[in-house]
Parts: sequence; structure tokens; C-alpha cells
Amino acid sequence: MKHVDEYRNKALIEKLAALIKRAASRSYIFMEVCGGHTAAIHRFGIPSLLPDNVRLLSGPGCPVCVTNNSFIDKAIAYSKMEDVIITTFGDLIRIPGSSSSLEKEKARGADIRIVFSGLEALEIAKSGSDKKVIFLGIGFETTAPGTAVTIKEAADVGIENFYVLSAHKVMPPAMETIIKEGIALDGFICPGHVAAITGSSAFSFIADKYRLGCVITGFEPVDILQAIYMLINQVNNDSPSAEIQYSRAVTRQGNVIAQRLIYEVFILSDEQWRGLGVIPASGLTLRKEYGRYDAESSIPLPPSVNVYEEHALCICGEILRGLKIPPDCRLFAGTCVPQNPVGACMVSNEGACNTYYKYRRNE
Amino acid sequence: MKAHVIHIINTDGMSEHVSMSHGSGGTMTGKLIRDIFVKRFGMPEPLTDSAILNESGFMLAFTTDSYVVDPIIFPGGNIGKLAVCGTVNDLAVSGAIPKYVSASFIIEEGFPVEDLIMIADSMSDEARKAEVKIVAGDTKVVEKGKCDKIFITTTGIGIMRSELEHISSAKKVKPGDMLIINGPIGNHSIAVLGARKMLGFNSPVESDCASLNHLIRKVMDECSEIHFMRDLTRGGLATVVNELAQIISSGIVINESSVPVEEPVKGLCEIFGFDPLYLANEGKVLFVAGDEEYKKVLELMRSTPLGKYSEVIGEVVENNRNVVVLNTSIGGQRLLDMPSGMQLPRIC
Repeated sequence: MKHVDEYRNKALIEKLAALIKRAASRSYIFMEVCGGHTAAIHRFGIPSLLPDNVRLLSGPGCPVCVTNNSFIDKAIAYSKMEDVIITTFGDLIRIPGSSSSLEKEKARGADIRIVFSGLEALEIAKSGSDKKVIFLGIGFETTAPGTAVTIKEAADVGIENFYVLSAHKVMPPAMETIIKEGIALDGFICPGHVAAITGSSAFSFIADKYRLGCVITGFEPVDILQAIYMLINQVNNDSPSAEIQYSRAVTRQGNVIAQRLIYEVFILSDEQWRGLGVIPASGLTLRKEYGRYDAESSIPLPPSVNVYEEHALCICGEILRGLKIPPDCRLFAGTCVPQNPVGACMVSNEGACNTYYKYRRNE
Repeated sequence: MKAHVIHIINTDGMSEHVSMSHGSGGTMTGKLIRDIFVKRFGMPEPLTDSAILNESGFMLAFTTDSYVVDPIIFPGGNIGKLAVCGTVNDLAVSGAIPKYVSASFIIEEGFPVEDLIMIADSMSDEARKAEVKIVAGDTKVVEKGKCDKIFITTTGIGIMRSELEHISSAKKVKPGDMLIINGPIGNHSIAVLGARKMLGFNSPVESDCASLNHLIRKVMDECSEIHFMRDLTRGGLATVVNELAQIISSGIVINESSVPVEEPVKGLCEIFGFDPLYLANEGKVLFVAGDEEYKKVLELMRSTPLGKYSEVIGEVVENNRNVVVLNTSIGGQRLLDMPSGMQLPRIC
């Protein structure tokens, strides 16, 4: 498969693994903050190619994992309203809220439909239904432009029954929160798709202010191994900078059109992250001009929905902060399994617990 | 406001309602079947594709399957052809020679008779090719909206060769045995998705839907060291090798780069984030052959029209008991697990 096989070339991978082994003169911990990276690292078995002194840690990069229980509870509360259709990306459907999940509500009869994009949700609203169509907008800088386009389209065409429940977030403030927690990290494998939108410059502060390595990388094994090698060199040479490995998609300034779109429709707001608490200016809320499309301000929910619960033994939060790894959890692989998940990290294909369960449970 | 509580977790893990994940063919389907049906019907483990019945010296294989594929026509087949192939294959992989099939139809009011004729014609064609007779059936019509177009259930009976009784329970599988499949995987799922217009463009991929009994018979007639067979339907290759790993007392290693996948399927999997190892097939079978005989098995398979692209994809190993390890295409190693959530609904 052209444009993929080159990046999965076994000979090249062996060479990179040897280079990493040679360069790794001390121990290193690098955190990946993109669920796509977590999934690729484990799917290809990359940890088995690294020497023991190079460790990878999963951070808060899986969009559904960092989505807090209160968001799921709100979506469920909306799904129980007679005149509402919930439209959502498929990976959100099995995330447990305080006491139920969208999947369970769907089985009980709620009108919940899986879509591949916001525009597909808008089509449902356009198709003449009298019902209110609520799109669950989640994800980072990568998916926010798609939601922004959808909202603008709804406004342009004058669609009255379309709403967005937004939990969109931006990534750099979460990375800063992790650094401030004081976890022993040597650098970040920075998210390739987020950086395609934001540009590498969005991550420069990590190198400049906190002296930590940063390499923005793609999602193929060669990309990831090369990024690890570059990070080791940044550490060894004490020369942290926001380097781009993924030059086929990422530039310094990023996709300016997409950035403009995001901030035309959204405004930065304080946002609740699972495990990380409220992070200032890390969420995307609809601007006043588009307020009528904001589900929360247009369709009131009962105040009781704001009380949410989390499982007392689930350590998703600590895992998302890089403080613990999945096998540290008492529930892991016993009570909490993909088919009966307790925490969000066990549900998503990009979640640390799910990937660990699927690919490394035997270790 | 946040409150910490310990949720009461239902010890048997059953949910209150059946969800789409229960129909995925993976762990949740298995749990539903075991917790509800097996427990009450008293079926013996391991659960196999067909029941093997021993009645007054006659050994029969008996199986049934329902087909709800959406859409009912897809590149390479339709619901009728699928309903015959699927049941023929379930009998054949149990070591039986498929003989008789019954067919029951649940039809939605308003369904075009023309389409019903087309479906019946392809069932008749496929039965002729597979050398089975469709001998009984039932027809029900329900009000519009009470079923989606047409659902078909087929039941099959085959003559069992007593010396092959061990096949479906994998009793003879041992370390050193080799795993062979009869060609590229994933085509059926991708063909159905393409026909659902879910890919957003026309895909060239055709379903592999086919009756495998002639290929299987050829191998079984000439080889004596076939230790296990299973068709790679819902849940795909990954599910079948995991089910096998759970009923034997050794482990399994699969070499990702040996598993044949056609280029268009590979490409579409990349785009949609599917793993071909989990995609459904309707004309693929896994053979586990003794190490002295596997080359002969491979050769025989390759000499048949449905086995031209057969490959050895892995082996049974002493260590890693009950576990499947995947040597990844880039030289790494990881677990190959059962699918756990919803795969692609209504694929068969």
C-alpha cells in the first residue's frame, strides 16, 4: 500500500530500533498525548522493540477518555427527552456515565444515532424531522473545525432544530497541567493531527519554558520510532525544541484557515477534564452569536444532572495524568474489562486501559 | 459537584437489555449465549459450529443460522446465497458432508416478489453447486416496519464421518501444528459496507461468500492429520484463533505479515480504522494441520479454485497457554485479543 508501506518497512524499523538502543545512555520516559499514538504504539508492538530504559507513558490524548462523566450524564438526560435525537461518534456510545451509558439508553429505546461527522448529524436535522437533533461535539483541535463548519452551515441554511453539546478541548493547556504536576518526564511525543491544525509553534512553550523535549510525529511505526530517537537526542544534547518529524502534514504555523474557523465559532473557556479537573482556557464553548446552537443554553436540563458520580476505585484519572499505568488498577482485567467497562479508558480503542488489555495483558 | 460511590456491579455482568454489542460475534455474544441459552438448554461445551448427534449408530451433524444482512444484495452475493453457504460451511467445518437444508423466511409486507424470486434462484444455484438439497421451509409475512425487508433462517443436516468427530472440539491440536487459511480476509465486511454506501465511494471489493465443502472434502479425503477446522465468519480470524486457544492447552502465534489481505481491503481498513483480522468472511476456513502434513494440505488447498491463495499464517506453540500472540508486520510482538465491543452490525 503506497504511502503506508514505506513507513512500516521492517528493515528501516530494525535500523531505528538499533539507533535508539545505541543512543539511550540513561533512562527516559516519554509521554504520548494522542490516542492515535497510544493505539498505534500498542497495535504494532512498539514497546517490544524498545530497550528497557526507554519507557512510553500514555497521557490525556484520547478524546472520549478525557470526557468527564457529567458530559455523558447530560447526553443521557437529553436522550431521554421525547423530542430529541442524539447523534454521536461511535466511540462515545459505550462510555459509562454516573449510572448508565448511551448504549444502554439506546437499547432501552432512546433515539441515539451513530454518525461519522457533524455534517451527517446536520443532514438528519435537515431531513424534515420535527425532533431536535443534538450532536455530541467531542475531540481536540482536530475535530473542532468540523463541528465549527457544521454550525456555520446550520446558521447559513437556517436550520432551527440542530444543536451541539460541546466538550471540545484544546491540547496544550492539558500538557502544561501534567508538567506542573511534577511527573518525571523527559519529553512529549506530540500529537500529529492536532499539530497539523495548530502548527508546531503551539508546543514551543514546553521546550522553552519547561525545558522538555517535544517531537511532533505521525502515526506509522517509522514515524514513532524516529520521534523517540529524536527525543533521546534532544535530551542527550540538552537541546529541547518543538521539532517536527511529521513534516508531510505539519508546519510551524499550522492550518490557519482551520484555526480561524474554530475561533470564529468557539471561544476558549474553562473546561472539566476527567482526571485533570478544571483547566483554565482549555475548552471550546460556542460564541454568543452561535448561542442558539448550544444545546446547554437552548434546551434546559434539570439541575440534578449536574451532580455526577465516579467509581471510587477507578484510577482513570491518575492514568490520564501519567501517574499510574493500567495494571496498577485493582479493577483492571477483573471487574473492568472492555465488555463491561468501569472507566472510560477501558472503552475507547485509543484508551490506555483498553490498549493495554487488548495488546499487553499477558505481560 | 462530585460524589464518590461504589457502584453495585452485577456479578454475572449481564446488562438489562440486549444491545448491538451482544450480536457482534465476540466476547459479549459468547457471554449472552452461555449465560442465557447454554445454561438453560444444557448444551455441552465447547460450543461448536454444528451439534454432532449419535443416534442408533448414525452420526449426524446438525446446525442452524439466521441471516439479517443489510443490504440484502451486495457485490459477490445476496442474503439467499449467504444463507445456503453459511449453513453448508458450518456443517463442512465440523467434518460432515452437508446433505439437507431447510429454509425459513420472515418477509416484510411490501417486499418485491421480483427480489424474492431472485433470492430463491440464487439459493437454488448455490445448493446445486454445494450438492445439498433444500427440502423443507416456512414462510411468515409481518406488517411493514416489523422486520427489515427479509430475514432468512437455514438449518442443515450432514453425514458425519466418525473418525472426524474430534475436529470441532480440537482434541488433537498440539504444539507444532500449523495454521492455514484459504485466502485473503476481510472482503465480505468491506463489500457489505460498500453496498451500504458507508464508504462514500464505490469500492472494487467483492464478498468471498462461497460454499467451502468441496475444498474441505478434498483436503479431508487425502489428509489424516487435520486437527481443527473453523470458518472465519463474524468476529473474523482473531475470534476463531482465540476460541481455539481457549479450548486447547497450548498457545498460538500468528504472523501478521503472512496473513493475506487484498490491497483495496488493506487501504479501506486504514481509512476506517478497521483491523482485517476482525472482519467477517463468508468463504474462508482455518485448517490446523499436523507439522508432518501441513505442506501437503497447503498444496491441496492451493490446487482448488477457492484455495488458490492459501497461506500458512501461524502455529500452535507450547508456551503462552490459552493466549494468541501476534508477531506484528514490523517485527514487534503483542497479544491478539477477542473483539469485545460492537463490530459491524448486520454483516451476515
